[in-house]
Amino acid sequence: MKKLSVGNSISILVLIIFFVLTIVLEQFIAPTDRMNMLLVCLRQGSIFALLAVAMNLLNGFTGLFSLGHAGFMLIGATTYALFSMPLAERSIVFTWFSDSYVIRISFPEVLGNLLGGPGMIIGMLISIILAGLVTAAFAFLVGLPVLRMRSDYLAIATLGFAEIIRAIIMWQGLGPVTNAGNPLRSFTRTADLNVTIGGQTFGLITFTLAFLSAVCIFIIFLLVTSSYGRAFKAIREDEIAAEAMGINLFKHKQLSFCISSFFVGVGGALLAIFMGTVAPLQFRAAMTYEFLLIVVLGGIGSITGSIVGAMLFVFASMWWLRGLDSGTFLGLDRITIFGVNLGERVFVSGFRMVVFSVIIMCIVLFFRRGLCGDKELPYYVNKLRELIARKSKPKPEAGGADA
Amino acid sequence: MPDNVLRVDDLTMQFGGVVAANNVCLEVNKSEIVALIGPNGAGKTTAFNCITGVYEPTNGRVSLNGEVIAESFPQGKMKDLYKGENRGKYTQSVKLTPDRITYRGISRTFQNVRLFKALTVFENVMIAKHMRAKQNVFSATFRLNTKEEKRMREESMALLEEQKLDHLKDHIASSLPYGLQRRLEVARALATSPSLLLLDEPAAGMNPQETQEMAEFIHEIRDRYGLTILLIEHHMGLVMQISERIYVLDFGKMIAQGTPDEIRADQRVIDAYLGVAEDAAN
Repeated sequence: MKKLSVGNSISILVLIIFFVLTIVLEQFIAPTDRMNMLLVCLRQGSIFALLAVAMNLLNGFTGLFSLGHAGFMLIGATTYALFSMPLAERSIVFTWFSDSYVIRISFPEVLGNLLGGPGMIIGMLISIILAGLVTAAFAFLVGLPVLRMRSDYLAIATLGFAEIIRAIIMWQGLGPVTNAGNPLRSFTRTADLNVTIGGQTFGLITFTLAFLSAVCIFIIFLLVTSSYGRAFKAIREDEIAAEAMGINLFKHKQLSFCISSFFVGVGGALLAIFMGTVAPLQFRAAMTYEFLLIVVLGGIGSITGSIVGAMLFVFASMWWLRGLDSGTFLGLDRITIFGVNLGERVFVSGFRMVVFSVIIMCIVLFFRRGLCGDKELPYYVNKLRELIARKSKPKPEAGGADA
Repeated sequence: MPDNVLRVDDLTMQFGGVVAANNVCLEVNKSEIVALIGPNGAGKTTAFNCITGVYEPTNGRVSLNGEVIAESFPQGKMKDLYKGENRGKYTQSVKLTPDRITYRGISRTFQNVRLFKALTVFENVMIAKHMRAKQNVFSATFRLNTKEEKRMREESMALLEEQKLDHLKDHIASSLPYGLQRRLEVARALATSPSLLLLDEPAAGMNPQETQEMAEFIHEIRDRYGLTILLIEHHMGLVMQISERIYVLDFGKMIAQGTPDEIRADQRVIDAYLGVAEDAAN
């Protein structure tokens, strides 16, 4: 085993601290607490991070500008919901198709009855993986025609396919399978998985979601740093040269598309767990743009960037800037300018998005290549160490750290 | 088994009504250095692109080590438009994508250097090694075959050392000076373990000294890796110095072939390059 570099080991340490914190925090913050928002944001943030990284794999590392994100997320979320909903609930959820619904198996329930608590977890994991596989299979079919196109055409075609997927899922004819656009709910969620030891219940929702996302992101990280990852980057840099170096363009594009979609499907399933209902109308193109924003914000071609971008996006839009919509924001609402009270007249519904746009514009202006460019966490750790080393013992010669 | 590595028969490439390469025939024997020359727009790069699979020829055949890698005849709209010769001589349709052809052993460099600019020197070479790596996505992602990855790294490193680029290993490709970028491109082409190397204007934009170094470099890689080399070049000094045989293209047609001395004395070549005086032509 190779020895880890300092940058890598500190990065791993940061991640471990993060996970321990999520577990500890969840035990102390009650759902009624104001700090509960932190947990909600952490949950959504980690799912968004996975979805953004999956998009980055395709758009940032392989250079395929695809906008089919929301459609594939919907497939993942729907598949998960369909295969994890308890049988007893189905006739209620499938209101209009109560006697004709097709899928009559629930993995968490079957395995839960068989093995108890752990069986339920395994069942959930099976459903999540199945969601990924189904999404990847659809991506394979969509990829056959679509990946022969380039740049803008690819974007338009994938955008179209995402809408087609949504339309098909909402189609009345498929009602017995997909519930035809009516929300799917009552499926197994992580709330069902809280561990009870000696009368004390431990919440693990945040940890479970963050951990599953982290595992997926780590797999993507491994892929990107492998030989295939290099081939993907070669395609991004120069298709003609990549082909001349023996890289089969279509095969590798299809590979990247399917793997990315697999993780988008998994992300969709996690999002379903987080939200509790799956309503196809939520998965519009606007959702794709949110992830595009995160990827561009974080840095195209940087996994760290996508994670940071996703967290910032979720925290800012869900929590920090919320006051801008409801009239209280850092005490600024008490200020009156030209007879206009900010709290009453300016901080009204919708102002949050105005501020948000301005922030994004600033980031795009001052960080041309996103917050992290195409660098990863260990790089920043090393940079930081260099900086500290230089501060603690100033060297007389300039440019001493150019190595 | 014919001892010619590359054999191009009656290659014609027509774009719409324009015949860019007309009935080009050439042979490259094992361990030879052969040059393809001609004035601008003569169809040299078109011929290269047909050989490497970037274009599908309109008519003709290309074979590598006796195996057909491209064969075509006028089809579809081209049936009526076709202005070339040898119609009906070829009846097969063999189409290989550039990556398949690279896999069979033809590697190339580009006229305007096409490196993976944002990647490091080392990554550039590693990417060329990807093709022959015995691994699939799964084993590569989960590091199940570290031996293979290690072998790729060692071979790439060795190649960079041989090309004296090892000290620049972690530099971004686009940050290298132009001459080194050219050298890196050759190193990258060598990393695919080719039997035939196509060099598209290797000395373009180089000063006399760099050109001289390039000439030695081409000789050296030919001997070291047992290569056969076909190159396009405008730089006559270089061409005459290193090539064993020369083909001359003009307006898509092969107008002459022979040793450097024969070509130097050929009136058609001189005319093609310098033009023919009005009264002399009449």
